[in-house]
Amino acid sequence: MNKIANRQAVCEALMQAAEKDENIVVLCSDSRGSASLTPFAEKYPRQFVETGIAEQNLVSIAAGMAKCGKRSFAASPASFLSTRSYEQIKVDVAYSHMNVKLIGISGGVSYGALGMTHHSLQDIAAISAIPGMRVYLPSDRFQTKWLFDELCRDNEPAYIRIGRNPVEDIYDEKSEFDINKAKLVKTGDDVLIVACGELVRPALDAAFKLETEGVSAGVIDMYCVKPMDTELLESAAEKVKLVVTAEEHSPFGGLGAMVGRYIAENMPGKRVVNFSLPDEPVITGTSKEVFGFYGLDAEGMYRRIQKLI
Amino acid sequence: MYSIEQLRKKRFELRKCVLDLVYTAKTGHIGGDMSSIDMMAVLYLNYMNVSPEKVDDPDRDYFILSKGHSVEAYYAVLHEAGFLTDEQLKSFSQFGSELTGHPNNKLSGIEMNSGSLGHGLPVAVGISLANKMSGRPGRSYVIIGDGELAEGSNWEAAMAASNYGLDNLCALIDRNGLQISGDTESVMKQENLRRRWEAFGWNVIEIDDGNDVGKIADALDKASGEKNRPSVIIAHTVKGCGIPFMENRAQWHHKVPSKEEYELAIQCLREQMERV
Repeated sequence: MNKIANRQAVCEALMQAAEKDENIVVLCSDSRGSASLTPFAEKYPRQFVETGIAEQNLVSIAAGMAKCGKRSFAASPASFLSTRSYEQIKVDVAYSHMNVKLIGISGGVSYGALGMTHHSLQDIAAISAIPGMRVYLPSDRFQTKWLFDELCRDNEPAYIRIGRNPVEDIYDEKSEFDINKAKLVKTGDDVLIVACGELVRPALDAAFKLETEGVSAGVIDMYCVKPMDTELLESAAEKVKLVVTAEEHSPFGGLGAMVGRYIAENMPGKRVVNFSLPDEPVITGTSKEVFGFYGLDAEGMYRRIQKLI
Repeated sequence: MYSIEQLRKKRFELRKCVLDLVYTAKTGHIGGDMSSIDMMAVLYLNYMNVSPEKVDDPDRDYFILSKGHSVEAYYAVLHEAGFLTDEQLKSFSQFGSELTGHPNNKLSGIEMNSGSLGHGLPVAVGISLANKMSGRPGRSYVIIGDGELAEGSNWEAAMAASNYGLDNLCALIDRNGLQISGDTESVMKQENLRRRWEAFGWNVIEIDDGNDVGKIADALDKASGEKNRPSVIIAHTVKGCGIPFMENRAQWHHKVPSKEEYELAIQCLREQMERV
């Protein structure tokens, strides 16, 4: 089992970029530890800004710095960053079109038993609704490192949700990705699972298990939720009877809603079922326990798909 | 560039421009336009290092109109400073126009979008911080409404600006004492405003007539001379300033003048200009 969390890959990518580009700046709201960005703050103190516990200010300051040519990376818990700072993201980042990368750390139910205040289960819906905002949920440390290498070079705003805990690898150093595309991790003719973030690995494991029982299941890693790679979605969904979406998010406005809408509009007659967290306060537990309870682990997805086909 | 003496007359021409914009488009926030226009006139036409020829100059000064609803005053000043053409100005609020009812940075000369209150100061903190980091000489100026100070984000930014020692940042408060619902003190008290800013570690400069271009320029000079801490100019202004029947009346926050009121206002402005 891999012990390196995706957030550590974020820090590694930002440190490498900061070495070459003095315009790379990292901003934290008393969140450098949670974001695993302490090594960055220590090595590049002149490119690090501490805003204190003030997420609205964090985002506006990041936007102001971007106005002066800085490449701002603002990291704060996804729960606070995505909704407390929503107005600042909408006005100062997206509408004013500033090169700010918003890193929502400890996303989804990463904080586990800390409870609903610390869960970010509305972020995909909220940020996707803002024109000009891209939304990424990388699935493993290799993809996270690649993504941040890319983001350190581009000039557009984006929101990136990163989980807190180590997740099993899907890829390796040699894996290749395209910035606003998705990745077909496994082909399949009966069922297609479209997952993002930390649910890609269990989706893949569920697909392998279905395969042993003669069900051909494909998996798409939709690491870029917006803009969505509808070309890959359409081609992978062409043959299958059932499309399942899997996300660590509320049932509204997230990956499932976007995939469901696209398929309803463009592939009439195809069934889409959304696996998400419920529209209610989630049960107390570690993210692993929470996923297990709501059928979002490999076993749960496997069983639910079995029943659906 | 205009001298302060020239601006004493120009400020009435700018007011006429605002009046024409609001009267023609039948929309606008004329009261706050008139209270803040003198500060914008001094900044753009006399004080700041900005020009239409160098809108992307990394060493320029930066301005944000945090009280974005005073945009008609901003457009009048930007037009006078050469950022906007006559044609652009005429399109204000028309279908498909670039000149919307709040500042938009797709327009040359406007740095950041505003309109949602409480955003200008935090963004200016970021600009000033980046300029310090890069060793750039540009200063940041933000005009904030007094009613707008109820937005908590201003105080997050006030805390941060003094924490970082941003002496390249100057906030100007349009202290006209009125907001859309009435007297600021009855809506949300702003009492002890000087002490509030001092408590946050700012250099406070108070001017008793924030519509006097000479006093505004002097205050800006004092702010520029301050070291190691940000400055705030609390400018006591008059809402509707320059048009007597609009002065100090909350209903002129965003009322559109009738034909008779428009003509009377033009006459008032003309008479005052002739007296300068």
